[in-house]
Amino acid sequence: MATWKKLSLLLSIIPILLLLAYGFKTNPREVPSPLVGHQAPPFALTMFDGSGNSLEQLRGKPVVLNFWASWCFPACYEEAPHLEAAWQTYRDRGLIVIGVDIQDRDADAKAFIERFKLSFPNGPDPQGKITIDYGVYGVPETFFIKRDGTIHYKHVGALDAKVLKAKIDEML
Amino acid sequence: MQNVNGGRSYDNYGRRGRVILPLLLAIVLWAWPSAALAGSLEEQTLRLAAELRCPVCQNLSVADSPSEMATQMRELIHEKLKNGESPEQIRSYFVSRYGEWVLLAPTRQGFNWLAWLLPFVAILGGGGIIVVTIRRSIRRGQKSNADASRPLDPRYTSRLDAELKESER
Repeated sequence: MATWKKLSLLLSIIPILLLLAYGFKTNPREVPSPLVGHQAPPFALTMFDGSGNSLEQLRGKPVVLNFWASWCFPACYEEAPHLEAAWQTYRDRGLIVIGVDIQDRDADAKAFIERFKLSFPNGPDPQGKITIDYGVYGVPETFFIKRDGTIHYKHVGALDAKVLKAKIDEML
Repeated sequence: MQNVNGGRSYDNYGRRGRVILPLLLAIVLWAWPSAALAGSLEEQTLRLAAELRCPVCQNLSVADSPSEMATQMRELIHEKLKNGESPEQIRSYFVSRYGEWVLLAPTRQGFNWLAWLLPFVAILGGGGIIVVTIRRSIRRGQKSNADASRPLDPRYTSRLDAELKESER
């Protein structure tokens, strides 16, 4: 085979191999949020107990905003006790934990709250406006919002005690 | 001018046609983009939704997905259009929330140009290779035909004749 043929074959294969290597290195499920490092979108949520809450009211406090659903098994079931524990541990230091229940039935959501004895505020997002505003594409997803209202970190999937502690400590 | 049937001359129509047809074409071309952009709010919503990727689906657009998330996104697009937001503003809103990932077709800028141009480069390159290969094979065929018309070596002819005679015996 002529040298130029070998060279052109090599030159056409190398970019394909590089592209494949890049593709194998990246996680197709990992979609970075463009919101991290930016101001958290404002929201107003009516809780299951009828009380209201908005991000504007919470300015100056670090917030853990968790998107969940009762049908999200097992991930939401795994992280719920950790969220409640974090709320109990850090609430005196000013931390706010808020749960946003998405694409769910109220009765199922209330049963979930009852099952895990969740005492932090939880409310439904029936029209999905908060969900879309935060660029949520699945449950559970959790946003860590700093005192100045910027999004510090976004966690996709079930939270564990270690991640919760580390991220809350970074914000406090 | 009147023709034999009492009608107007075809020449007359032809002259008018030469004026009217380009005029009609110009009107259609002028109106086409605005007609395509317009349409009912529902049509505009679906057109925009078809450009966005459903976040909870596998390669489905917001327009095609029956999921609750896609339904909520369509409702939001409809509401934003109703409030007077332009399709570009709505597209930007979704990109600001989900990133460029939410667009089914990548924007024509920077590294994304590779996705737009590579298929055409591959088609042109492939076409070029096919043309060169065909030309070469034609040239090779012509050469072998030219070789066939040349007189054979007398040594082979005499040997061939001898072997044919031997086989006939």
